[in-house]
Amino acid sequence: MTAYEKLKMVRALDRPKGSDFVEGLFTDRVALCGDRRYADDPAIVGGIGYLGDQVVTYIAIDKGRDMAECMQKHFGCPMPEGYRKALRLMKQAEKFKRPVICLVDTLGAYPGAEGEERGQGQAIAENLVEMIGLKTPVISVVIGEGGSGGALALAVADRVYMLENAVYSVITPDGCASIIWKDASRVHDAAECLHITAQDMVDFGVAEDIIPENFEDFPQMCENMKTRLLQDLQGLKKLSVSHLLDERYNRFRKIGIYEENGKVKQ
Amino acid sequence: MFKRFFNRLLKRQPFPEKDFDVVCPACKQASSHLSLLNSNYICPDCGAYIRIPARDRIRMLADADSFSEFDADLTSKDFLQFPGYQEKLDKARESTGEASAVVTGVMRMGGMECAVFAMDSRFVMASMGSAVGEKITRLFEYALKMHLPVLGITCSGGARMQEGIVSLMQMAKCSGAVRRHSDAGLLYLVLLTDPTTGGMTASIAMEGDITLAEPKTLVGFAGRRVIEQTTGAELPQDFQTSEFLLTHGFVDMVLPREKQKETITLILKQHGKETV
Ligand SMILES: [Zn+2]
Repeated sequence: MTAYEKLKMVRALDRPKGSDFVEGLFTDRVALCGDRRYADDPAIVGGIGYLGDQVVTYIAIDKGRDMAECMQKHFGCPMPEGYRKALRLMKQAEKFKRPVICLVDTLGAYPGAEGEERGQGQAIAENLVEMIGLKTPVISVVIGEGGSGGALALAVADRVYMLENAVYSVITPDGCASIIWKDASRVHDAAECLHITAQDMVDFGVAEDIIPENFEDFPQMCENMKTRLLQDLQGLKKLSVSHLLDERYNRFRKIGIYEENGKVKQ
Repeated sequence: MFKRFFNRLLKRQPFPEKDFDVVCPACKQASSHLSLLNSNYICPDCGAYIRIPARDRIRMLADADSFSEFDADLTSKDFLQFPGYQEKLDKARESTGEASAVVTGVMRMGGMECAVFAMDSRFVMASMGSAVGEKITRLFEYALKMHLPVLGITCSGGARMQEGIVSLMQMAKCSGAVRRHSDAGLLYLVLLTDPTTGGMTASIAMEGDITLAEPKTLVGFAGRRVIEQTTGAELPQDFQTSEFLLTHGFVDMVLPREKQKETITLILKQHGKETV
């Protein structure tokens, strides 16, 4: 399957969305709302629930399952208040020493006048700075589309997983095509050039591993994901806070390919 | 080998005396860069603010002979063989004489030592790829080790799409270095200059303890055209300017060029001990 075919696939309305994964992965949930500063952004759902027998904070970007939901959730493009709500829940998780699980599926942060007025860039930047130092384990799973800074704002984590057909990109391939070729219809070429597939993420050290998809048996798929996440959390919980934060820092510190004194470093 | 290194050191004057012409984007009048250095890069004919090359920025702010540069040989690699990237890099290196879109190092201002990075919009729109990310991260790590404040002079088109996802990760990497520097009680001062957009605004440009901005500077996350196309909204004239950000509470002050040196030096003094 080409990168563009994967992109079309993860954008399809009938693919399971953030809310489906929340229902499939977490039991006995208490959903929480609002950023305590301005509003509640329905594009990001979050709360406290059980992953197996482990209490966790879950945060998911939710594109919506039908047209009405999509409109209400502005197609899963979060507002600044969405990122601030996510941060509020993360800080709460840190206080009560429970792990955070983030599920990412977005075209990107909402591009709108209100978002700019309320500091879309500042909201994302604050999440990056706070997440890299959050004193509790964080695991992020890109379940569909990982759209640039709007996705990274929930993915500065100890482990990042990609679902089999999920994509993660610095810019939407559509936007990229209109910049390089002044032709948005060349989105398939842009998708190839940008290297956005799950395997690309593993190759660049951006993701740890790929999680197989099986939407015919979604409950079983969620059970397998649960086992995987719980295993990881067990390992991460054993680390001291300073060790955990050093590993998280180094996880991102080592990413980069450049030339120095004529030698390529990566 | 050693001789080559020595030669490079000799060759590497931070501020070459070579003059060149800079064309004012507003009135198209050409001025010499050496004359602009003495007039804050304000066009002598029409008064417009001309974008300042990174090296000249530092030269205008630093005490005489106080700047020493870091990682001058660190440069970008077209590792994805992305269409047109190698040509863009070659052209940028050729036309600017820079190896990357950011100049980093240490300097003194009014005797106060600080680490500094300045971005150069002439170099692939000062977008942030691996080279920029690595240089800025190293600068913050150095400043942490030496207990120095950091002055960051930003301008950027955002993450560098020609390096794909690796560019996006530079935002997290630099933010990590900012966080460690901050946790040690050290000052990070940002001066936003035209244009600071996209991934830069969504990371290190908005992570300062104190954020200053030049007048009439474009600062935003999403592009104006994208917003107009997506939402059909009619946007105000001053949308995403530094004045707009001041009104909405996202910068501390809009600071004209004549006052920058004085104000930045004062803030450095308020936060540290004098070294000279
Ligand atoms: Zn002019």
